[in-house]
Amino acid sequence: MVDNAWIAAALMAARPQALSALLRYFRNLDAAEEAFQEASLRAVRTWPVKGPPRDTVAWLIFVGRNSGIDALRKVKNNVALPPEEHLSDLDDAEVDIAERLDGAHYRDDILRLLFVCCHPDLPANQQIALALRVVAGLPLRQIARAFLVSEVAMEQRITRAKARIAANTVPFDPPDAEGRLERLGVVAVMIYLVFNEGYSRGHSDPDAALLCDEAIRLGRLLQRLFPSEPEVMGLVALLLLQHARHKARVDAEGQIVLLEDQDRSLWDGPMLAEGRALVEKALRHQEPGTYQVQAAIAAQHARARRAEDTDWGAIDRLYQTLEVIQPSPVVTLNRAVAVSKAYGPAAALALIAPLGDKLDSYFHYHGVRGGLLLQLGDTSGAREAFNRAIALAGSPAEAAHIRLHLDRLAAQPALPPASAIK
Amino acid sequence: MLYAVLCYNDENAVSTWTKEEDDACMARLAVVEDSMKSRGKMGPVARLLPTTSATTLRKTSGEPLIIDGPFAETKEQFLGFYLADCDSLDEAIAFAKELIKANPSGGGYEIRPVGIFHPSELG
Repeated sequence: MVDNAWIAAALMAARPQALSALLRYFRNLDAAEEAFQEASLRAVRTWPVKGPPRDTVAWLIFVGRNSGIDALRKVKNNVALPPEEHLSDLDDAEVDIAERLDGAHYRDDILRLLFVCCHPDLPANQQIALALRVVAGLPLRQIARAFLVSEVAMEQRITRAKARIAANTVPFDPPDAEGRLERLGVVAVMIYLVFNEGYSRGHSDPDAALLCDEAIRLGRLLQRLFPSEPEVMGLVALLLLQHARHKARVDAEGQIVLLEDQDRSLWDGPMLAEGRALVEKALRHQEPGTYQVQAAIAAQHARARRAEDTDWGAIDRLYQTLEVIQPSPVVTLNRAVAVSKAYGPAAALALIAPLGDKLDSYFHYHGVRGGLLLQLGDTSGAREAFNRAIALAGSPAEAAHIRLHLDRLAAQPALPPASAIK
Repeated sequence: MLYAVLCYNDENAVSTWTKEEDDACMARLAVVEDSMKSRGKMGPVARLLPTTSATTLRKTSGEPLIIDGPFAETKEQFLGFYLADCDSLDEAIAFAKELIKANPSGGGYEIRPVGIFHPSELG
């Protein structure tokens, strides 16, 4: 009944809560990780023989704390560890005490563990690597592959990040309500970064897709801690709705497939359903935020069975909301795509005309602009914009996608712009 | 007699399964389901989305209280169910045993006899 796969899944599931409680006891990340590691080793040895404990998290905290304390003591006078046969027979009473102790704290514990990983002194790529290693418990090898670096380089990155944290004081006092919300915001950004790292690399790469899966897991973890926080629902919804399309986003040749050209039967139905359910739950709170509105936009796409069924007017209105909450030229650029679908390319071009200065070095600006000019029949203007976009492309797939437009342009005779015909 | 077989497991642990592990488990469960189907004993089957997507309405003396989250916080969550037409509790237990063989990782199955059943119009 208790096979190794079950134990592995149980340990991984218990990790955030158990490790974060151990961090509270030992106030040192390395000591907490060692204690969790020791408890996990004992679980692997004793659970198959004695059966799994009723409460795996409480067991791991209890055993980890004892072994950690023992390790500290051992340095002094070599006190032996308790015999193993006693360990899985822990008195239920003792486990209950451990559970009660930790049940009261676990939300702040886990939030602290996540928050420690997003220390503002750490660059984003170190925050993400640390969260994946420490909170999600991914093996170094997997994280290294996901970031396309060697294991040695990744180990150094994580060691450096930990050293930096150790040099600072970890915030052990439970935060007040305001401090808690502040931590929540920082952690949400980190989870979004983990996702984006995978998403931006294209999902044909299974190592990159893993980052997206882990971000969703971390998001759900956060949502369990804050079940009524609409922005957390929005964040998880956004990740789910984007990730649900991953199979349709890249074709067999590794080229990006635009939303309107995607084979919607490849979208993941349950993931879309979950995302849409979360958007609806979040919007009931009537406290709009950037994650919720972005998720609501993604949900509009998810609703449309065919690209032509998309309600672009609704998407335009959602982008207008986003422009109010988080004014940014990139948001306006995205809105322009919805405007072009709902009200035509001329309206969209007028909307992005003032953005030229701010977005001149932004790949998507020139890509979108080229597309709009092309729709208006201005082929030379389109060609110029597409060439500019290729020069700014961040990945071969992005460049290849724009090149397709240029190839199509090259295949047709140059026409005078539509405005000239009129 | 109609029995509901309710599936409980730690959804945190289930969510650590890779896509391949999850698909393999669902495929093994489908074999058990098909065997019941071929004998005309299988009713509706559902797998539920995570409890993080749940909303709960609590009855009060006035307007119901709407809560984000599942009905109860538990270590193992209600993840899905089968409705099966079984001649006896023994047959229902045999069915649940097959489900456990197909999905041996943690959790359990609760067998509950069904009182009232309105057949689906959803097909």
